[in-house]
Amino acid sequence: MTCDEAEILLHALLDGELDAGHAREVEEHVAGCPNCAAALAAYREMSKATAGADLRYTAPLALRRRIEAALPPVQPQAQAPSRRTLLRGFAMGSAVSAIAATGLVAIVLRNDDDARIESEVVSAHLRSLQAGHLTDVISTDQHTVKPWFNGKLDVSPPVVDLTAQGFTLIGGRLDYIDARAIGAIVYKRRAHVINLFVAQTASTEPRAAKMETIQGFNIRRWGDRGLNYWAVSDLAADELAEFGEKFETAMKSAVAG
Amino acid sequence: MPVNAANDDPDKARRFRDAALPHLDEAYTLARYLLRDATDAEDAVQECYLRAFKHFDSYRGPAMKPWLFAILRNVCRAEFARRASSPTAAVEELPDSAAQPPLWSEGQETPETQLLRHRDATAIRRLVAALAEPFRETFVLREINNLSYREIADVAEVPVGTVMSRLARARAMLRTAWMAEEEQPL
Repeated sequence: MTCDEAEILLHALLDGELDAGHAREVEEHVAGCPNCAAALAAYREMSKATAGADLRYTAPLALRRRIEAALPPVQPQAQAPSRRTLLRGFAMGSAVSAIAATGLVAIVLRNDDDARIESEVVSAHLRSLQAGHLTDVISTDQHTVKPWFNGKLDVSPPVVDLTAQGFTLIGGRLDYIDARAIGAIVYKRRAHVINLFVAQTASTEPRAAKMETIQGFNIRRWGDRGLNYWAVSDLAADELAEFGEKFETAMKSAVAG
Repeated sequence: MPVNAANDDPDKARRFRDAALPHLDEAYTLARYLLRDATDAEDAVQECYLRAFKHFDSYRGPAMKPWLFAILRNVCRAEFARRASSPTAAVEELPDSAAQPPLWSEGQETPETQLLRHRDATAIRRLVAALAEPFRETFVLREINNLSYREIADVAEVPVGTVMSRLARARAMLRTAWMAEEEQPL
């Protein structure tokens, strides 16, 4: 690799945009080239300083209000009448037996829960992207991340190394979803962060994967061996699906092995 | 279930709010750096959100931020064109805000504050604002808005290779300016 090439590529290395092969090439060149090594060190320092200083601006409140005022008003009652009307129907005393009604309420509530938890999961993902919130334990080593959760949760989240599959383990974090502490395992593909939330569930039935999009974020959720998983990222849906599949495959071979 | 138009609109508005409003600060940040003027940035962001809402039906995801930014960038380019043809075009060369205190006012400089220079957000903002287009845009999208190269390429409508070379240039220019500032005599 020439210095001219390295001069461009070391930025991609710094930004985590290089695949493993190219990253190695750049690192090899830098190791043998004091000029490029100095440049990389300087850019790394500069990136740290720009990331450390908050260079963002906050939108003025007046602007936020003007935009909100310009949008059509939201009428929450108008668009979600179905469940409430359904329940009110039962409350007013129909011919349906109490047991059937209870069952239906449970189903309605569980669906409701799913949607609420998914939106909480997206909020937790957004929170994690704010500076300094992403990881409590930083390590690319699964044997460091997994024990870190010991004693912090009522469940030991599986931590799988997916580096070979193109997803780098970044670390782990405690988060709160549904008013409960929950484990988040953080992976990265290029510049995209993937938060994998893991929570215990009463059901040991495997739950088939389902993709959702909320606020522009993709969510892949599935359940297996008494654990529920939510993978959230701004990655494209097909890449997030790939992540989930690779994770499930790795889990299966871990159990089999 | 038949969808009637009157019910569709509030729902669209709700979905749009949920998806787009969380990015308001980021959009405003980008507009501030692109336009280098607080009032113009507000106008541009407002226009961006109105356009985005209008075209929200055609939004297919997955990432809202780059989609919004592409719209915002077009709004800002229209503003550049307006400035270029307006007799008061010099506004772009003015500092960000008249109310902004001078950066290194004389008498305040001590060796300690000089050591802290590289951490000062105001100083870095000014150095970034001094970068020429399109390097400033690329740098801000990457370092401040945290977009991936692919997303920057989509927003700026250029190939990823161009993003990479612009980013390298931008950082090299910033590094030079940064070092020049640190070497300035007291």
